[in-house]
Amino acid sequence: MPELAIRLRSIVKHYGEIVAVDGFDLDVAQGTCVGLLGPNGAGKSTTMKMLTAQVIADQGELEVLGYKLPGESKVARAECGVVPQLDNLDTTLTVEQNLRVFSHLYRVGRSERKDAIERALQIANLTERRGAKVDELSGGMRRRLLIARALVHRPRLLLLDEPTVGLDPQVRQELWALIDALRSEGTSILMSTHYIEEAQRLADTVTIMAKGKAVAHGRPSELVARHAGREVLEVYGPPARLAEVEAAALADGMRTRRTGTSVALMGIESRNGKLPDGERRAANLEDVFVLLTGEEIA
Amino acid sequence: MTAQRRKRGVGRLDRPAIAGVLVREMTNFSSFWRATTFSSTVEPTIYLLAFGFGFGSLVSQVNGLDYVEFVGTGTVATAVLFSSVFPSMFGTFVKYQFQHTYDAILAAPVDTEEIVTAEALWISMRAGTYGCMPLLVAMVFGLDPRVDMLLVPFIAFMSGFGWACFGIMIAGLLKSIDNFNYVTSTVITPTFLVAGTFFPLSKLPEWAQVLGNINPLHHTVELVRHASLGWDAMADLGHLGALVLFALIMWRLAIRALTRKLIT
Repeated sequence: MPELAIRLRSIVKHYGEIVAVDGFDLDVAQGTCVGLLGPNGAGKSTTMKMLTAQVIADQGELEVLGYKLPGESKVARAECGVVPQLDNLDTTLTVEQNLRVFSHLYRVGRSERKDAIERALQIANLTERRGAKVDELSGGMRRRLLIARALVHRPRLLLLDEPTVGLDPQVRQELWALIDALRSEGTSILMSTHYIEEAQRLADTVTIMAKGKAVAHGRPSELVARHAGREVLEVYGPPARLAEVEAAALADGMRTRRTGTSVALMGIESRNGKLPDGERRAANLEDVFVLLTGEEIA
Repeated sequence: MTAQRRKRGVGRLDRPAIAGVLVREMTNFSSFWRATTFSSTVEPTIYLLAFGFGFGSLVSQVNGLDYVEFVGTGTVATAVLFSSVFPSMFGTFVKYQFQHTYDAILAAPVDTEEIVTAEALWISMRAGTYGCMPLLVAMVFGLDPRVDMLLVPFIAFMSGFGWACFGIMIAGLLKSIDNFNYVTSTVITPTFLVAGTFFPLSKLPEWAQVLGNINPLHHTVELVRHASLGWDAMADLGHLGALVLFALIMWRLAIRALTRKLIT
């Protein structure tokens, strides 16, 4: 068994003049959950689609579960589950029919099919709604069904593309618990997201992607310590005051970020000089994200 | 399990992949079969009534055949065309553009070649069934049953496969569903009118006869008519060859067009 569930090296993908992915590297170790964080247009979805060979890289090496892509993609896909960003369930079918169809597409043997569907229904907590048409399900149930559909053949690797986008906080937390349970069972997971909290809670390691490149990789706590320090000072005030504080901090060699209503000064724990008045808080992954990508979070 | 062992049975045009897509199609069909069956039965009946009683009152015989025999057998081809080309054109485009179904299927161990093959097979099976409806209706209006008519579903299947692939190819090539109107007006309408369905090609100008003779639907009409009314061995082998060639060319073109759309 290869040590890496996913290995990408120097991946490049152009769409005409646009460079969607630009020399991207990524490792996902077996049994870990890696978060792929990045703003819209960073190349996350293109990268996710390369892993199922729906997008073919112009350059670079791709391996999924030890299979070289795109040549061996089909055999790799047999051992992967994919939860797409866009809901693509068959809406006129029932929950159970959707799972049955995908048990065929994923080549679950006839003798195992019934148990596989029951297991998927249990994982997604949809056993009671097995006969309901997809049209009748709530947004959260549909997302759970998408995850169940991706798990019906017991994949070794799960690819989650923005798994909780557009869901309310309660449903999001339900899905986090489900994903966390899968990881603890040993399933390797690659999850693209632009929700910082999602990556921080679920991912063992995070790769931050911007403009098609990996700009940082590591454990969330390491990334925070490396790029934003331990403590942050949020200074509030009118725009002119914020500009003044920001200019002074930059001149003093500090790293800063704007949050709209405040300016945040990073790594203040190592500063001995006088600091402006403000609110102290712990540095977080969002600070790192904004510092490295130059973009605010949705 | 080694990589080599896992690879076994995962190649091109895999039977499990085609079966998986067929299961999806059949399961979905179970939710709308009534409406499809209704339109596939009522539409040719209306055509037969309109042409049978309309033209039939003016024309009693065409090429030595009673007009009901002529039009009843010809309408089979129209039913095959309509029940294959429209579901494939619109169905493929909707699944690609609006339902994102192909993203889900391609995430499984299924390739575009298998999607096209399975969907065209399913549509042509339906066309093979629904194509027989006009023949049954024509029997009510006086067409004599014949054992060789049992081959009509197979002729309809072969023709339906070609037209289903043609529809998939169009869906793969066009960027907007509105553009389908161009294809309907410039290809599909002339195809079903210049096929010897409602009037014989021999009555058309020479250029239209040439076009009619390369029209795959004309070969469908001729085969169905001969299965129903008497074979012309050499000519029918040619008609069958034309349908097989049409199906093969369209199959490969459909795979090429949809692959270019789905794999970037």
